[in-house]
Amino acid sequence: MIYNIKRDHARFRSIVKGKIKQDLKKYVTHGEMIGRKGKDMVTIPLPQIEIPHFRFGEKEQGGVGQGDGKPGDPVGKQDQGESEGQVGNKPGEHTLDVDFTLQELAEILGEQLELPKIEPRGHKTLKSKTERYTGIANQGPNSLRHFKRTFRETLRRQIASGIYNPENPVVIPIKKDFRYRSWKTDVRHENNAVIIYMMDVSGSMGDEQKDIVRTEAFWIDTWLRSQYKDIETRYLIHDATAREVDEDTFFKTRESGGTLISSAYRLCQKIIETDYAPSDWNIYPFHFSDGDNWSGEDTRLCLEIMEKSLLPMCNVFCYGQVESRYGSGQFYKDLKEHFGNEHESVILSKVENKEGILASIKDFLGRGK
Amino acid sequence: MRYGDSELPLELAKIRDEIQGYAKEFGLDCFETIFEMVDHDQINSLAALGGFPVRYPHWRFGMDYDQLSKGYTWGLQKIYEMVINTDPSYAYLMKSNSLVDQKTVMAHVYGHVDFFKNNHWFSKTNRKMLDSMANHAVKIREFMDQHGQDKVEDFIDRCLAIEDLIDPYLPFVPQKKRPGGEDEAKQPQEPGRLKVFQPYMESFINPPEFLAEQRKRMEEDSKKAKKIPAEPQKDILAFLLNYAPLEQWQHEVLAIVRDEAYYFAPQWQTKILNEGWASYWHSKIMTHRALKDSELIDYADQHAGTMATQPGRVNPYKVGIELLRDIEDRWDKGRFGKDWDECDDMVLKAKWDKKAGLGRQKIFEVRRVCNDVTFLDEYLTEDFVERQKLYTYNFNRRTNQYEIAERDFKKVKEKLLFQLTNRGQPYIYVTDGNFQNKGELLLLHKHQGLDLDVRWSKETMRSLWEIWQRPVNVETEVDGQKKLFSYANGEFVEKFV
Repeated sequence: MIYNIKRDHARFRSIVKGKIKQDLKKYVTHGEMIGRKGKDMVTIPLPQIEIPHFRFGEKEQGGVGQGDGKPGDPVGKQDQGESEGQVGNKPGEHTLDVDFTLQELAEILGEQLELPKIEPRGHKTLKSKTERYTGIANQGPNSLRHFKRTFRETLRRQIASGIYNPENPVVIPIKKDFRYRSWKTDVRHENNAVIIYMMDVSGSMGDEQKDIVRTEAFWIDTWLRSQYKDIETRYLIHDATAREVDEDTFFKTRESGGTLISSAYRLCQKIIETDYAPSDWNIYPFHFSDGDNWSGEDTRLCLEIMEKSLLPMCNVFCYGQVESRYGSGQFYKDLKEHFGNEHESVILSKVENKEGILASIKDFLGRGK
Repeated sequence: MRYGDSELPLELAKIRDEIQGYAKEFGLDCFETIFEMVDHDQINSLAALGGFPVRYPHWRFGMDYDQLSKGYTWGLQKIYEMVINTDPSYAYLMKSNSLVDQKTVMAHVYGHVDFFKNNHWFSKTNRKMLDSMANHAVKIREFMDQHGQDKVEDFIDRCLAIEDLIDPYLPFVPQKKRPGGEDEAKQPQEPGRLKVFQPYMESFINPPEFLAEQRKRMEEDSKKAKKIPAEPQKDILAFLLNYAPLEQWQHEVLAIVRDEAYYFAPQWQTKILNEGWASYWHSKIMTHRALKDSELIDYADQHAGTMATQPGRVNPYKVGIELLRDIEDRWDKGRFGKDWDECDDMVLKAKWDKKAGLGRQKIFEVRRVCNDVTFLDEYLTEDFVERQKLYTYNFNRRTNQYEIAERDFKKVKEKLLFQLTNRGQPYIYVTDGNFQNKGELLLLHKHQGLDLDVRWSKETMRSLWEIWQRPVNVETEVDGQKKLFSYANGEFVEKFV
């Protein structure tokens, strides 16, 4: 059965992708997709793509229905979906839910922000096996029979044994002429990568700030996952002390203590030293805070940890400062003063509000590290 | 030509022969019907392509497929049957359906095929559409190779925006009476005279005043003929094919879109009657012949699902089957004609049974001559509307929801007919191809109480503009005042006239 539907489907999806690309900022800002994330898929609600027609104004028309109820009773209208077979064309805003894999989403992000591919460092230590049908075998099931190779073998045998007659080129294979497709195992060495998210959960980080961090983390994950075969994520929260938590707790915890950023950096250092040998791993620490730190003393301590231990171990160290009403934003200034704008392994970014998320993502990922 | 990937298994082939036997026994007259087994992905593809395995490439088929597949995966919807109007007819059976379902579907399909073959409104359709669709696909793919996919697809989008601007009654108008037909071409130059044998009788038999009057009328007619089109024309696609400055390939694309639109038109003209007819027969065949005791529950479950009503909707299967049964019952009992209409004794009417036995014959007549509009106009009764609990609903701006408006018979009928006539779409005609003597296009929206949606009009006019390549105007009414919409080069203007 020859259907051309797959091509039409691909065509449709590429149109949809174009639309998302156009409105990427809107989608990122609203963070709509995060709540709709499945294991590998994201469902994106789009306004229906429709071919226009002359028609009557929406809602003017009304219609005919069937069932119980008295005048004035609401008619529970459901999303119309397929209007197939229903009398009249009912009004109603349609949305189109389209599924994308994280990989496709990463491609859209990458193309729109013009993100460079990451050049991984470290050894390729992760072994992954893939089986591909690139080999040829003398035995096999008929479904894998290789017609061309079989024909060639037969022809070769017939020519060699002198049975082949160019005037009457009948080619009949015998059992040993048959060739079958067969698999070969490819062993590939992949790069390992780990993302360590750190966030300040002290009182000054509000819900809006956390939303921003969540959105950023989603896109950073999506992008880095498209660049590495396998990726680990760790989550650290801190106020005056730091601890490791799971993803859910990470975005939900709210503490009221003071802020000692060094506590998080120290924990981060410890985690790297125990679990992720820098020679084997690509390491991405991301730290989000509103820029408040307890004291200048602690900030100096942070700088020291970064300089001495974290930076030599990491691909790049990212600090994102989420503006909040309460935060002073001092930490960003201190880092900037110390490292400057173009430090090779420190990336600083300020996010003023949701509108700034996309730019900030570009700051972090735009260097291709 | 086979489209399914398997022949019917023996068990199903036997069932098919059995059901076909019953269909014949009941007097159904079908094209040869070929059943294909398909899986859910195939049926979703086919449904997205309007039932045809080969269509020209277009993204909207992909979109429909995307949505259908999702609906299936989430368990929201499932397509039970699909049959295409060709000779022989092709029908698809879902592999995963139970045997009872397959039986029901086959019976239903024979109902449809009988309808395709015998209903008047299908009589002009192309029964070799399968081949035509495939040819369209080849042509459009060639155009895409020559001019680029984007360009061709974009033009198809333009054409599809106006695909409903056709005249479904046109195929039933005799060829020579159509605009541009023979009659107009052979206009005599002089008014006809009656033959005179005695010269002195001439002025009596052909009075000069009469001849002068005739001459004047002919002059007016020929003036009218110089205007293009002479009369407002509903088949705007045909008008564009004749007069729009199209390149050869564009001309062919537009012709293809028009061709397919005409092919599908009878399907929406007869939706209620066609589904009602097929449901009537699956129900009759199953309950009177094919159903085994053990299958009863499954059958009842499926049938009830098909007949289910939802608030704010009219289920064509339900209304169609009920109205046909009502007609059969009325004609069996002789509840029609002068005596019945003039009787106002309710007790007598309730017991009325003249044992006329004309029911079956009557519904066969209905299936032969009616479309949905005539079906409901002729046979919808007050009693039926009440029994079927039909109502009209309107949008209440205050509560921001749709609410039941009335259950009055006249209002329900009026609304139903409104929605069915011209598919519930605005009546639009082309009235002038040289508007303001500037080569602009003038369309007329025949206003019947509802205003056009401005946003959609604008988009549609953009498509028209790209085809006509000169400004496009639509005469309409907004809030009771005459208005002229104009579109050219990205600019949309509304002005009072």
